[in-house]
Amino acid sequence: MHDRIDAILSSYGRDRANLIPILQSVQAELGYLSEEAMLRIADYLGVPESQVYGVASFYAQFRFTPTGRNRIMVCRGTACHVRGAPRILDEIQQVLNIREGETTSDMEYTLETVACIGCCALSPCMMINREVYAKLTPTKVREVFSKGGQEQ
Amino acid sequence: MTFEGLQRRARDEWQALSESAVPLIQVGTATCGRSAGASAVVDALREALQREATPALIMEVGCIGLCFAEPLVTIRKPGRPAVCYGHVNPERATQLVSEYLLRDNPLADWALGTVGEGRIEGIPELFETPVLRPQVRRILRNCGFIDPTNILHYVARGGYTGLVRALGMARGQIIDEIRRAGLRGRGGAGFPTWRKWQFCLEAPGEPKYVVCNADEGDPGAFMNRSLLESDPHSVLEGLLIDGYTVGAREGYIYCRAEYPLALERLHNALAQMREQGLVGENILGSGFSFDIHIKEGAGAFVCGEETALLASIEGRRGMPRPRPPFPATSGLWGKPTVINNVETLASVSLILQKGAEWFAEYGSEKSKGTKTFALVGKVKRAGLIEVPLGITLRDIVYGIGGGILGDKRFKAVQTGGPSGGCLPEALLDSPVDYESLTTAGSIMGSGGMVVMDEDTCMVDVARYFLDFTQKESCGECVPCRLGTKQMMDILTDITEGKGREGDVELLQEVALAVKKGSLCGLGQTAPNPVLTTIRYFRDEYEAHEQGRCPSKVCKALIRYRIVADKCKGCQICLRACPVGAISGERRQVHTIDVGKCIRCGVCLEVCPARFGAVECVTGQ
Ligand SMILES: Cc1cc2nc3c(=O)[nH]c(=O)nc-3n(C[C@H](O)[C@H](O)[C@H](O)COP(=O)(O)O)c2cc1C
Ligand code: SF4
Ligand code: SF4
Ligand code: FES
Repeated sequence: MHDRIDAILSSYGRDRANLIPILQSVQAELGYLSEEAMLRIADYLGVPESQVYGVASFYAQFRFTPTGRNRIMVCRGTACHVRGAPRILDEIQQVLNIREGETTSDMEYTLETVACIGCCALSPCMMINREVYAKLTPTKVREVFSKGGQEQ
Repeated sequence: MTFEGLQRRARDEWQALSESAVPLIQVGTATCGRSAGASAVVDALREALQREATPALIMEVGCIGLCFAEPLVTIRKPGRPAVCYGHVNPERATQLVSEYLLRDNPLADWALGTVGEGRIEGIPELFETPVLRPQVRRILRNCGFIDPTNILHYVARGGYTGLVRALGMARGQIIDEIRRAGLRGRGGAGFPTWRKWQFCLEAPGEPKYVVCNADEGDPGAFMNRSLLESDPHSVLEGLLIDGYTVGAREGYIYCRAEYPLALERLHNALAQMREQGLVGENILGSGFSFDIHIKEGAGAFVCGEETALLASIEGRRGMPRPRPPFPATSGLWGKPTVINNVETLASVSLILQKGAEWFAEYGSEKSKGTKTFALVGKVKRAGLIEVPLGITLRDIVYGIGGGILGDKRFKAVQTGGPSGGCLPEALLDSPVDYESLTTAGSIMGSGGMVVMDEDTCMVDVARYFLDFTQKESCGECVPCRLGTKQMMDILTDITEGKGREGDVELLQEVALAVKKGSLCGLGQTAPNPVLTTIRYFRDEYEAHEQGRCPSKVCKALIRYRIVADKCKGCQICLRACPVGAISGERRQVHTIDVGKCIRCGVCLEVCPARFGAVECVTGQ
């Protein structure tokens, strides 16, 4: 893990303005921000550890625990909301038996919500990894998960 | 290469394309197209072409904005106008190849319209159809027609002539041109763009910076995303002009991480600009040097606010700070900085390309030009539209949008996202411009326009927006952090039937305190959706206090039941219910155990329409 973090760090200058891009690259590599990773980043940039954590915890994008193999992102945008997104989220929570922000115990899925994926005309929708599922109904949700709707 | 050389190459390539001896097939593969299955359509087209051994060019383009009809495919055969087809799936794609390409049957039933010279029997002209006729396509002129990954296409259609023109003008002249055009910021507040530039130009301090705000956080809005995906250079050209005018050497684009394709397109466009000498040292030999950095947002709505955005670029927590000083005098790293929205910059390119008078041809007295909107929600033809400012809401919702889905009753149209408001039917004839929308209690905002019908509960909508702003509050100001929380609690009580008399008045009181005591626009406008729904839909609040949700949305106030004489005992709902709340033998009337039911509505969804035995009721 050290090497992977160090390889990322060395591609950036030791400039405070690079903190967020570094956090993003490290998370892209590891899937989340481990304590160790944040300590090394702090050390590299010469920024107090508390500030690294302070910045990371401010932004919704950053996670501090490992995520499941597949990321489900349910849109909570307005268009999706008025076309039934709350029912979609309820249904997924019911089917996978996890709440928003949680990961299934087999580490298969992590459930998140996002503000508008930009497919409002096809609402309600969700993304599983990079695939968008549009015009959902609770029944469709069940079909997706009974087929193991993950990486294609 | 000189700019003239680049233009020549671009024109040659564009001409070769328009006079192509083989058919040209364009597929819209922006995010909306992809989510509707455009990638599978491209694959199907390739396969069919190969199988039939017929030559054709496939080109991936951005989004025309007819999102309701995605995936979209446009086919142009030599000597014919292009035909745009909607709702194309892989089977239809295959048939288009075998029928239209090989047998010359244009399959008029699937066509939305033709584009370009000439007519084809049975197919209307696309720009004369009800969805496009009221629109004026300026900002979106290239979207869906050019390859967004090819800078030559942009240049062939007049791209970068605005920059070239600007480079030959004095700074004051450029600012004057923008002033005469009457351009106001498209990011929400509508501040005159020229004035912001003037402030920055005059501000002491070096270096200066320009920033493009592509954070587009309003839920239900995707205008900026679509433009960046479909025509990224139109925005980058504006940023260059901005930088040249205020005397900056560096510019930033701050784009949401949730827009991976827009980011990809930006990186690609920037690399091409570098190749052509349109960014970097001594641009086009003019002596103007300018570089652009792309910054990825990290998922904080408040970072769309300009001072928070700057903090985020600097690598800090995205917390707004008090203004003044405004960024134009003290912005990025304390230096004079101009921040403009994506669409503002795209408008700047157009103004410099075509002139201020041309730009100001459309619009109302104080709101000039055209504006894009994401028209979504309960409307038949949802999509990305561009209209002259001053058009009425009715022309948008009923003209372009085609009315309400399923011909239900219109209830409200929401503009301005979480900072805006819900406007009722009585205001449908109001013009869409900065002042009129503000008078009505909403705002123009960045361009989200969500249509709501009789099945939308306005109390739930108010609660929805507040839930959003409350979660996104950065927590700096007490009224914003705690006031929105308190309003949220009251609204939750109301939607759960636990509302008390005086709740509405209390909401209004807290709302005023939040508006007054908040530092940034997030807090100052967060109560707007609540206030406008109280103003225009107070009866719905009262109904909730009496235990009824007229639109049958709020779960605590509704019940599902099976109508005995309609139920055929088919057991479909029984098998579908996720919690086993339905019981009944085959061919016997089923019943729902209200105690077990979680009100998911699945039974209503699956009960065959010819029986229609499940109903949702509210109140006693
Ligand atoms: C909470 C909040 C969110 C905002 N989000 C955006 C946004 O996503 N995009 C945007 O251009 N402006 C946004 N703004 C407005 C910006 O602060 C700023 O006014 C704008 O980028 C200026 O550009 P313009 O003059 O070209 O409109 C937001 C403001 C607030 C208070
Ligand atoms: S109004 Fe809200 S979001 Fe804005 S600075 Fe204050 S607490 Fe933060
Ligand atoms: S609403 Fe959902 S939980 Fe209730 S009876 Fe119908 S299917 Fe079952
Ligand atoms: S509101 Fe869901 S994609 Fe925009």
